[in-house]
Amino acid sequence: MMSNINELFGKELKVINMGLDSFGDDLKEQNIKTVQMRWRPPAGGSKKMMSLLSKLK
Amino acid sequence: MIVTKELNSISGVKEVLVGMGTDLNKELTGNLNLMTPEIEELTPNDFYIAVDTEKEEMVFEEVVSKVDELLSKKAESQTSDYQPATFDSAVDALPDANMVVISVPGEYAADEAKKALNKGIHVMLFSDNVPIEKEIELKKLAHEKGLLVMGPDCGTAIINGVPLCFANAVNKGDIGIVGASGTGIQEVSSIIGKLGSGITQAIGTGGRDLRAEVGGIMMIDGIRALQKDPNTEVIVLISKPPAKEIEEKVLNTLKESDKPAVVHFIGGDPEVAKAYGAYAGLTLEDTAYKAVALSRGEEVVDVVDFTRDKEELEKAAKEEATKFSQGQKYLRGLYSGGTLAYEALQILQEKGIDGYSNIPLKSEFKLEDVFKSKAHTVLDLGEDEFTVGKPHPMIDPSTRIDVILKEAKDPEVAVILLDFVIGYGANRDIVGEILPGIIKAREYAEKEGRHLTFVAFVCGTNEDPQNLEKCEVTLKENGVYVLPSNAQAVRFSEKLISSIK
Amino acid sequence: MVMEKINAANDKALEIILNGQPSLVGIGKCLDVVPGMTEKTLLHAGPPITWDKASGPLRGAMMGALIYEGLAEDEESATKLLESGEITLDPWHHHDGVGPMAGVASASMPVFIIKNETYGNYSYCTLNEGLGKVLRFGAYNKEVIDRLKWMERVLGPLLKEALELHGPMDLKTLIAQMLQMGDEGHNRNKSGTGMFIRAIAPHVAATSFDLQDKIDVLKFMDSNDHFVLNLTMPACKATLDAAKGIPYSTIVTTQARNGTEFGIRVSGIEGGDRWFTAPAEYIDGLYFPGYSQEDANPDIGDSVITETAGIGGFAMATAPAIVQFVGGTPQDAVNYSTSMYEITHGENNVYQIPFLNFRGTATGIDIRKVVETGILPVINTGIAHKDPGVGQVGAGIVRPPMKCYEDALQAFVEMLEKEGLV
Repeated sequence: MMSNINELFGKELKVINMGLDSFGDDLKEQNIKTVQMRWRPPAGGSKKMMSLLSKLK
Repeated sequence: MIVTKELNSISGVKEVLVGMGTDLNKELTGNLNLMTPEIEELTPNDFYIAVDTEKEEMVFEEVVSKVDELLSKKAESQTSDYQPATFDSAVDALPDANMVVISVPGEYAADEAKKALNKGIHVMLFSDNVPIEKEIELKKLAHEKGLLVMGPDCGTAIINGVPLCFANAVNKGDIGIVGASGTGIQEVSSIIGKLGSGITQAIGTGGRDLRAEVGGIMMIDGIRALQKDPNTEVIVLISKPPAKEIEEKVLNTLKESDKPAVVHFIGGDPEVAKAYGAYAGLTLEDTAYKAVALSRGEEVVDVVDFTRDKEELEKAAKEEATKFSQGQKYLRGLYSGGTLAYEALQILQEKGIDGYSNIPLKSEFKLEDVFKSKAHTVLDLGEDEFTVGKPHPMIDPSTRIDVILKEAKDPEVAVILLDFVIGYGANRDIVGEILPGIIKAREYAEKEGRHLTFVAFVCGTNEDPQNLEKCEVTLKENGVYVLPSNAQAVRFSEKLISSIK
Repeated sequence: MVMEKINAANDKALEIILNGQPSLVGIGKCLDVVPGMTEKTLLHAGPPITWDKASGPLRGAMMGALIYEGLAEDEESATKLLESGEITLDPWHHHDGVGPMAGVASASMPVFIIKNETYGNYSYCTLNEGLGKVLRFGAYNKEVIDRLKWMERVLGPLLKEALELHGPMDLKTLIAQMLQMGDEGHNRNKSGTGMFIRAIAPHVAATSFDLQDKIDVLKFMDSNDHFVLNLTMPACKATLDAAKGIPYSTIVTTQARNGTEFGIRVSGIEGGDRWFTAPAEYIDGLYFPGYSQEDANPDIGDSVITETAGIGGFAMATAPAIVQFVGGTPQDAVNYSTSMYEITHGENNVYQIPFLNFRGTATGIDIRKVVETGILPVINTGIAHKDPGVGQVGAGIVRPPMKCYEDALQAFVEMLEKEGLV
């Protein structure tokens, strides 16, 4: 059975960069299709809000 | 971080901390002896600047205006493409994404990785401080779905020729690597490239993959993928020695195909690999040489000596040793790459030198104060104790320069050994930025009537943005001894030390 | 389980919003047509407020309205009256209506009557007085009062007759076309006003009024780019009100400010009637020459109902000129609008953004998404001077206080906990 890892090999890499901008910039410099996220902690890091949100999931 | 770096270069600034009023930053502020009741009161939503300086007014004003300048500069450059705020909207923007690179804080990283895996997307998980239970959960999920989870705490990977995070541009070839060590992968893959050969993939597993609890899930899946990969002819494994039962599992997996394998368990017993029919790499460099030999169908030999100019190097070592003044006898290895520092300690130990360190081979050689070197010392400056509140030394050389200058002031220091890790992710002019520190250190020592010898190697390739050759030439032009690998740089350093009468 | 319930409720709410068909059906006297109106009531923008907490523009507008109604002679007597408690102050939102800026309306004022043809509910709004020294910015001098009287005697009745001749006017189509012509329906309304005048002009001409009145009416509308704002606002109000009170829905059906506080109401929380308030923010924008941040009043007005319904700031990409007000680029306008998709339940079916391949605007703000992403709705708005009667001093971008959303989320969860659902 071909695992999905082998499927990845030889395919054009298309990357979502979640975090440090520099990693995304480096990929873009090499013409790799990259979406740079503007990630921030869920609920601004508020544990109280995260707990409320998780009750609704 | 970048802001801190720029601010530190303002004359009159001894120390500066710029950031939000989080508990961590407050702690750091306390460490810098800059805490005030005002700062205590701050909340994580408050932004503050703390400066240690003699010339209060002038300097502080300059700092504040520089902060403004830098922060608003950053905002401007982001006025281009929309940057999705959530994973879901990122997938909307790139529906056929096949890799997510995650470097967000550890407490959030696992949940984000899970989202990616559930969407069938491979993950490069650079983040550390991810609880091990979450790592296990993620890897089991990835295994089920046949996906990669490279990490947590995975700094290096090269997939389909694309360097991810801290990795080098290495030509394509038929050698596949699976590694649990970032700079380990960097050194091996770079040397393979330098030898004119190349790689198919370099799969990172993160540092904990081979622990008993994790069970080597990613290493085994990686090996199997390389075994199935029609382009891969030779398989290389790099990691610290695994737990016994994991070792068996992993090495048994190698037997599932005929492809030859070179196994390097850093500091481990080479006989182990041989017992499973694999070749044993004795150093990172040797591992690379062996893989290339296998790829070319050449004889596999141990490469554990200087690979060129051996006579010149031995002569140079003897000559240099005569220049030291009375009392200079110690080596200080100041590393940005953890595995490279570790390898240095291994090689020194083989030569009968027990190095002190913040990551010692034996506990009795742990430095009491990591900021006070002792006898022969090798430091991993990428470790937490040195990087609190600062970027990693592969990006920001200021800590290393500080330490270089400190070591230069120690009258017993003779040789300073440095690694220069280039490639993507690393500082684009690491040599140029550290050189002034080297020059200043040398001058200082000379004024005191001492001679300092600098030894270095550059981990990277000519295809890296910094260009290996250019880096090596610049260092040589400035009187630094440049060796082609970590192993050789360590050996040359040892030769220098042992040549001192 | 509970997530499916909420998503289904939100689907329903969004469906209702997208099916809304707001139509201008008439003009009437506030006292006659607005539910619950009395001769001693003053309606205002935003959540409930008392006289003592009101900001400069709101106070000025309230005093002006009393003088206009003949209930007070001057500032002093108006103030006394308002302090006495004899005058009832109530949000427009409690009476199916909306008001821009101070949004103050009194019994004798003419109001537009909007009907949501799909669901049968109505909404109301005064007619826009124009720019500069006007009641909605808190001005109350003779000029203001005289103009209000003219609007009562001439503008209102004339347009009422013209509208009867025209027949009901489809506001949904009007807004959709505005968006294709560089407007966004909140802070940029030039093309919409033009289209309204074009549609109504022949019928203005055909009314029974004097030639001079007709000329004055046409000139009056033409002199004010924002005339149509007082139609886009109640159109959005009528659309959203139909989606109030869907059990378990986390969609925002009201956002409003009174110059002191910002308030929101959520469809599934107490029938969509409960307010969640927090101090209103100051606007980040550009000031007209001679003015600066120090002169500004906090955020004020019901006009944020436009963003709540998916236009205004949510359609900023259709009005790139707006971004100049934050010193930004046209790409910023696009980015703002794009970021709104992260916090809404869906997209609009009729209000589209040509620049984004005619993608529908983000519609149906979900409080869960706002809190989780930390992205607050972006609002394009004018900046009022903090002193009554000075007028608009700038324009820019503002966001609601996160506290409103966090409080609403907490209340929603507590509600479900009481029901034993979480």
